[in-house]
Amino acid sequence: MDEHRNQRRHIRLGRARRGYIGVIQGLVTKGAGSALPDAELESRLIELGFVEGARVEILHEGIVGRDPIAVRVDNITIAVRRREAMAIVVA
Amino acid sequence: MHLALVGTPNSGKTALFNALTGSRQKVANYPGVTVERKEGSFVTPHGRQVSLVDLPGTYSLRGRSPDEEITRDIVLGRTRGESLPDLVLCVADSTNLRLTIRLLLELKKTGRPIALVLNMFDIATRRGVTVDVYRLSEALGVPVVTSIAVRKGGTADLLRLTDQILSRARPASGENLWHPPTVPELRATQREADRIIAATVSLPARPDTWTARIDAVVLHPIGGLAILLLILFVMFQAVFAWTQPLMELLSSAFEGIGQLVHDTLPAGLLQSFLQNGVISGVGTVVVFLPQIIIVFLFILLLEDFGYMARAAFLMDRIMGGAGLHGRAFIPLLSSFACAIPGIMATRVIDNRRDRLTTILIAPLMTCSARIPVYTLIISAFIPETEVWGWINLRGLVMFGLYAAGIASALGLSFLVKFFMWRDYLPAPFMLELPDYKTPRVRSIAIGIFNRAKMFLKRAGTTIFAMMVLIWFLASFPQPPVGAQDAAINYSLAAIIGKAIAPLLAPLGFNWQIAVALIPGMAAREVAVAALGTVYAIEGGKEAAEQIGQVLATKWSLATALSLLVWYIFAPQCASTLAVIRRETGSWKWMALTFVYMLVLAYAASLATYNIAVASGAG
Repeated sequence: MDEHRNQRRHIRLGRARRGYIGVIQGLVTKGAGSALPDAELESRLIELGFVEGARVEILHEGIVGRDPIAVRVDNITIAVRRREAMAIVVA
Repeated sequence: MHLALVGTPNSGKTALFNALTGSRQKVANYPGVTVERKEGSFVTPHGRQVSLVDLPGTYSLRGRSPDEEITRDIVLGRTRGESLPDLVLCVADSTNLRLTIRLLLELKKTGRPIALVLNMFDIATRRGVTVDVYRLSEALGVPVVTSIAVRKGGTADLLRLTDQILSRARPASGENLWHPPTVPELRATQREADRIIAATVSLPARPDTWTARIDAVVLHPIGGLAILLLILFVMFQAVFAWTQPLMELLSSAFEGIGQLVHDTLPAGLLQSFLQNGVISGVGTVVVFLPQIIIVFLFILLLEDFGYMARAAFLMDRIMGGAGLHGRAFIPLLSSFACAIPGIMATRVIDNRRDRLTTILIAPLMTCSARIPVYTLIISAFIPETEVWGWINLRGLVMFGLYAAGIASALGLSFLVKFFMWRDYLPAPFMLELPDYKTPRVRSIAIGIFNRAKMFLKRAGTTIFAMMVLIWFLASFPQPPVGAQDAAINYSLAAIIGKAIAPLLAPLGFNWQIAVALIPGMAAREVAVAALGTVYAIEGGKEAAEQIGQVLATKWSLATALSLLVWYIFAPQCASTLAVIRRETGSWKWMALTFVYMLVLAYAASLATYNIAVASGAG
């Protein structure tokens, strides 16, 4: 199981579609395109539970450009824009 | 003894505050989200008098927005005039401990005595979450207690613990070692929190199936928006249609009192003052209490149910297109009740530019003070007919007025974004979507009661003072003996009204309207009472029976429509302007709001009047 997961391709959560299930591999805020400074974006993501190892699932997408997305992070649901979700690397 | 409630948003902090303090609250004036300082008091089983502040929800002490700064500064004792809390109660949603435990670990660094309250423990138990409270307390090094804020007796353990802690001489407080955590520190704290949770909490946590089912419908890209519109539509129909019987009852009660005064007192100044100035003035305003209650009922229900965050999710990109943040939805929705709490609620938006844009357009949302004016004119000029067999035409016009306010607000926001802040990237939208909860009658009742009290206080003070002023302006100087015209034609009000009337004439306004608009600056609804006073005094007692009937005979439809449109835009509220001044900290923003609204109002009314006259409604 773990071996299989390690082989999955790393992608940005901001590119994933509704129904995607994965595990957070890391946060890469550089070049995510958020209006926030890198450290601030990373801090906020961590404060909302986006840390390495957390299980994520995209539950809903907004109507305009499939944005924002509602993400299940372990056992809470967070609404976030795709722009910020680009900083979250999942597999 | 001072206690402070700290917790993440949606931890049930406000429900706990209500459960502990009940009606013993010093009301923050501002509804919606916990934004302003709320203080209450309660007595512990051992008879200790305890004061409690409900601090704004936050995920950390870093203070990323003005309301999060309030929380940080009070916990750290940095706020002048605020006592340092003797005990900080950190409130957690028991179904979702990760974020709160991390916050608690951060709070511990401040050296304040802390206790963890596992709130909503019943829901967690139902979902199969089990917490080893003793070991959790040991691992965290703070007392831990469970609570069910919404159940009778659900706070008994918490009260006992409070007594226990407070009975020690003074809870020991340590040194403040807190500093804004760096990213690696945050990550390390979160890992530590996760480690503690793994060791003490068992989480077969089935996700809430009801929340998933409701969200599948409510967050559906198209269906969800349709539901949101439907909710708003029902809300406006309710405000207009359901409240009628009660309003008629109130209206006739005040009429009766006025008549009683009229019959008991000899004719003269005192009789006129009491009947036309005081009773009809306050009465015309109090009559609208049912509508204000209905508006807040909807807002509070949606907030407690957990729908507000969903609405923000649905509206984020749509509002984003107009240059607004998804979080602006809650302040703007609150502005439907009153722009003042709405503007205060913009504190949840942490980006300054997003916040200023929201403040600028908030007064365009149709606040409840406009309802009296709209109601009066609509019932006088719009026939009570059904469109397509089931839509009330008056309700439809009302809906149109609301829609016009929203559309102009979005348009204006777009212009602001385009012209003032072109170099600007939107601030991030990150919001927790809490599980749905059954709204509690008690907490809704407390909320509505506080708002109703606020409204009546305003009606009883500002508006009353204005009514006395307008009565004075409309009654003095008294007409010369043997005068042929109505008394008001000799008064100060007529002099002022006639002086500004030429400016307003192109909009189809007569001098009576001009007179009513002046005291209407204190609060929009005052204009209704002012019109009543102006016309009642002018026509004698008989004319006072139904202001609406009088208006229908004195104004053309074009004038009525023009005045309706004027009220969508005009900056007819000194308190709103004062709050903008306070919240932005600058006269510039206040002046800008005043000027742009005045210009919009004048232009829109001018257009409406001329189009109406051209199409034969003159």
